[in-house]
Amino acid sequence: MKKISLEKLNALFAEIAETKALYLPVDTETGAQYQKWEEGKTLSSALNTVRSAKDFFFPQTESLVHFKVEGKKIEIMDVRDEGAPFVIFGVRGCDVKSFELLDRVFLQDPVDTYYQNRRNNAIIVSLACSEPEETCFCHSFGISAADPAGDVTAWIKDGEIIFRANTEKGEQLLAPLPLEEGGEAKAEEARSEIEAITKKLPLQNLPLEKFKAENLMDFFNDPKWASLSQSCLGCGTCTFVCPTCHCFDIRDFDTGHGVQRFRCWDSCMYRDFSQMAAANPRLSQLERFRQRFMHKLVYYPANHEGRFLCVGCGRCLSRCPISMDIVKVIKELGGERDAK
Amino acid sequence: MQNEALIPYLGVVTDIRVDTPDVKTFRVVSAADGQKLFEHIPGQCAMVSIPGVGEAMFSITSSPTNREYMEFSIKKCGCLTSWLHQMEVGQYVTVRGPYGNGFPVEGAFKGKDLLFVAGGIGLAPLRSVINYCRHYRENYGTIDIVYGSRSMEDLVDYQEILEEWSKEEGVNVHLTIDREQPEWNGHVGFVPNFVTELAFEPTKTAILCGPPIMIKFTLAGLEQMGFPKSQIFTTLEFRMKCGIGKCGRCNIGNQYICKDGPVFRLDQLAELPDEY
Repeated sequence: MKKISLEKLNALFAEIAETKALYLPVDTETGAQYQKWEEGKTLSSALNTVRSAKDFFFPQTESLVHFKVEGKKIEIMDVRDEGAPFVIFGVRGCDVKSFELLDRVFLQDPVDTYYQNRRNNAIIVSLACSEPEETCFCHSFGISAADPAGDVTAWIKDGEIIFRANTEKGEQLLAPLPLEEGGEAKAEEARSEIEAITKKLPLQNLPLEKFKAENLMDFFNDPKWASLSQSCLGCGTCTFVCPTCHCFDIRDFDTGHGVQRFRCWDSCMYRDFSQMAAANPRLSQLERFRQRFMHKLVYYPANHEGRFLCVGCGRCLSRCPISMDIVKVIKELGGERDAK
Repeated sequence: MQNEALIPYLGVVTDIRVDTPDVKTFRVVSAADGQKLFEHIPGQCAMVSIPGVGEAMFSITSSPTNREYMEFSIKKCGCLTSWLHQMEVGQYVTVRGPYGNGFPVEGAFKGKDLLFVAGGIGLAPLRSVINYCRHYRENYGTIDIVYGSRSMEDLVDYQEILEEWSKEEGVNVHLTIDREQPEWNGHVGFVPNFVTELAFEPTKTAILCGPPIMIKFTLAGLEQMGFPKSQIFTTLEFRMKCGIGKCGRCNIGNQYICKDGPVFRLDQLAELPDEY
C-alpha cells in the first residue's frame, strides 16, 4: 500500500492532471458533483454526489452518428472518437458496483462501442465511505462501503490518504506518483470502523430472498403494486439519479446543415416511453412503476445470475418528491423481517 | 474502429409497389454496391430510418431465398411511415439489422403441416416464412394460409397470393374479407370464425400475426380445436429504439422482443406477464 498526507492531496491531483483528465466530487451550490479538476478545486467531503457516476460512461446525451442529406441522397458520418485515458477519483463503493451492472448491458453482444471506449479509457479510484448514512443500503447487495472495488481503493484516515492498487491500470497510475510506502494498519483500522458503522445502519438487511426468476409472475401479479404506485407522479427523478437506470432514447436533430442522431437518457416512468402508433402496453402509472421495480428486482436478476439492478446508494430515497422508493417496495413485496 | 450496431447501412429504394390504399412494399438494396444489404432468417426485423424523420423496426417481408434484395411492406400509420409512403424510387434510407430470433424454419417447423393465420398488415412478417417454406417445399408438409382483411382492396400481396401461392400444389389459400363486396365471391367474415369453420387438424403448427383482437380470438378458437400451446407461434411488436436489448422499452417480463423475440411460442408467452 501507499500513502500521502492529506495536505499534499492537491499537489497529487496536479500531478495526475498533468497527464490525464481528472474528475472528482467537488462541493457546489447544488451539492457535491463530479467536475474536472483544476487548480483551486478540492475533494468534497460529502458522502456522495447528487448525480451518480454513470455519466462518465453513459452520458445524459451523446452524438451517435451524423448524416448529410441532399435530395434523395444520404451520407453517413461516423463521429465516434477513441477518447483519451481519464481518472475518476473518489467514487464510492455503490457507484463502482453500478459500472459492473451497466457493463452487463452495454458490453454484452453486440457491444456498445461508445460505452466501451469510455470504459476502457477510465481509471477508477474508489474511496471508502468514512461515514455511511441512514439512507445507505449497499450492504444488502453485497457491496462493501469499507473496501470498495475499482482500479485503486483509497481510505482517508487520521490526516492521511492510503492507496491500494487492485489492477494493472491502478498500479500504473500510482507508480509515478510521489507516495510513501505503508498505511496498511491505518487502512485496516478505517475498514473496521466503517464496518462497525455499517452494521448499525437501519437498512442493511433487506428481505430480498424471494426476488427470484421463478417468482416472476407472483411478483408481477401482486395486488400491492396498486397502493405502492398510487401517489407516484411519474416525474422520473428516481431514474435520473439512479446509477443503474440505463434506459435511453435515440432521436434525430436537424442542425441546419445535417442531421445529428443522438442518444439521451429516457425513463420507463414516462408514458410516451412505450407509446406506439396504435397502442401503449404500459398505459397506466401502475404499469410503469411496476416495470421499473420489476426490472431492478426480478427481470435483471433473471437474466444476470441473480444480481439485482440496485446498489443501495440511497439517491432515490432522498430525492423522490413523494418519498416512495425501492426500499419500501422491497419491504412491502419481500415481506418485512422482524427487527433485530 | 470496431463496427457499431447503432450505425446503420445505407440502402436505396429501387422499387415501390402499392399493395393497398395504406400499404406499400419497398424494395431496398445497398447504396454502396446494389447488392442485398445483409442476410436474415424469416421473421427477423430491421431498423429502417430517414434521418431527421425517425427510425423504427419493420419486419423483413422478403424471403432470405431472394438473393438480390430485401422488401419491407409498410402500413401508413404514423410520422415515419407517412414519410416513407411519399418516397420515390432512388430515395436513400438507412437500415440496420437483422434483429431478433426469427421463426424456427430449420427447427420446429421442419416436416410439419403449417397453418398460417394473418390479418391485414399481419401478413407482412409471415410472407417471408411462407415464401421460404415454398422454396424448400420438400422440407415441410401441407401449407394452409388463412388470410383476411377489411376489404378486397386491403389484402396485402394479393397478386402474389393469386398468381403464385394459390396455384402451388400442397398450398391451400383461404381468403376472407370483413364485409360483402360486389366483386368478391370468396368467403366473408372475420378471421377467427373462418379458422374455426375450416376445422383444421390440431396436429398442424399454427403461425399467427395480426391485430391483437384477431390474435386473441383466433388463439381461443385454436385452443378449443385442441391445438397445444407449444404448437402455436406468433410474432410481437413493441416500440423499440436500439433493437439490441439495451434501451429498455420492449420487454415483456425478462424477455426483450427485439432480441429474444419477436417470435414466441404460446407456451413461452403463457409464462410471461400479459403486457402485450
